[in-house]
Amino acid sequence: MSNKKITKLLKKNGLRLDNRKFDELRSIKMEIGVLEKANGSAYIEWGKNKIIAAIYGPREVHPRRLSLTDKALVRCRYHMTPFSTDERKRPAPSRREVELSKVIATAVEPIIFTEFYPRTVIDIFIEVLESDGGTRCAALTVTSLALADAGIPLKDLVAACAAGKIDGKIVLDMNGIEDQLGEADLPIAITPRNKEITLLQMDGTFTKEEFKKALNLAIEGCEKIYDIQKEALRKEYIIVKEETEKIEEE
Amino acid sequence: MQYLVEKRQLVIPGELLAEGDYKSGKNTYQEENRIYSSLIGLANHIEKNVFVVAIKTGYMPVVGDLVIGKVIDMRLSGWIIDINAPYKAMLFTSDAFGRSFNARKDEMSDFLKVGDLIFAKISAFDRTRDPIVTIRDQGLGKVNRGHVIKITSTKIPRLIGKKGSMVNMVKRETGCQITIGQNGLVLVSGKNVEVEALAILAIRTIEKNAHTLGLTDKISNLLKKEEGD
Repeated sequence: MSNKKITKLLKKNGLRLDNRKFDELRSIKMEIGVLEKANGSAYIEWGKNKIIAAIYGPREVHPRRLSLTDKALVRCRYHMTPFSTDERKRPAPSRREVELSKVIATAVEPIIFTEFYPRTVIDIFIEVLESDGGTRCAALTVTSLALADAGIPLKDLVAACAAGKIDGKIVLDMNGIEDQLGEADLPIAITPRNKEITLLQMDGTFTKEEFKKALNLAIEGCEKIYDIQKEALRKEYIIVKEETEKIEEE
Repeated sequence: MQYLVEKRQLVIPGELLAEGDYKSGKNTYQEENRIYSSLIGLANHIEKNVFVVAIKTGYMPVVGDLVIGKVIDMRLSGWIIDINAPYKAMLFTSDAFGRSFNARKDEMSDFLKVGDLIFAKISAFDRTRDPIVTIRDQGLGKVNRGHVIKITSTKIPRLIGKKGSMVNMVKRETGCQITIGQNGLVLVSGKNVEVEALAILAIRTIEKNAHTLGLTDKISNLLKKEEGD
């Protein structure tokens, strides 16, 4: 990649390098139930990001001492495959992956009825096959779909999206280059029904006004993501619904 | 005060089902006076009781359920049974022997060994403790012969068919005994391996083609053809 040559992230016509407007998301595709052996799974293509999430559980906790007596433990492993980046990534968990695993587990926990399954664990495995900026948001989005697919009782879904600042302008959903060369990044996750924020991180510098603007833009982005999530779930399960209706007619 | 979704409408977690004077039933939850779905399923209501019929969930033990389990460990007090649920079940030695167990005289592994399969009933379970199963009832106990297969739990209604039409047809055509555990395991036992294989083939075909029409006839034809060969 010729990243070194790039100095400006906004073109003269005000569009971004990939011809998006400031408030435009990348193209997003979601699929439900992609893995046979997992209790629940989902796949997302968010721009150039390609991520699979798998849910196992609720199941017994190993090691035993980690189990909680009043609710289920939510455990997450976020992992980037060695071929997911431009330069080979060493497969051992990096500091960043440990952080994202922790942050994703805490961001999805509020939506799960963990108290229904005391002394068990819900394991989340996230595998990043290709990455291009904004993987934590994409990973969170796909994780909530996988949880729904696993048939685990949920209060809501989680939708995540980032906003940031490039060339002094607030933009939605930054890709890899914008993330690297931009001035600030603000990934957030919300529960769309009651607009509670379950994740908010920030990297770079915003003024107070810029922060407010970026936050509102990111929330708008999350709502768009939520619509895509709902559609993906409906599309998958409407087929199942029709199947069961046929059975009853027979 | 109103019910907001159509009967048997597909709903997703967090979807608003009803507002006002309604009661939160199965697979739903209530916030103030609003009732939301907590699972993917089909929403429905009987008078004021709003509930969701889940499309896909794991097995959660319920007292009285008949399940097929596998012995995975032995302790002094009993056997640990895997019942395809989030919790491991316990079968007490006193229950199995029908009297108090004497470690000096009785050998537990004479009765059940690790790897053995049992057909049992859930006798106690309340989430704070692991479920307890019993084999003290008609038709329960060790599974001595046959094959156990696991099928997707959502396909079990299809396997049973309307008033048991599907499973009864497979039983009749193959002469096999078919026992369906509520935890998603199915036991097939017949006169010989061939008829068992035939019944398993039929069950797998049902699982794979669960959405197609006229499946009972298709399976019936399949079995007749296979028997002829």
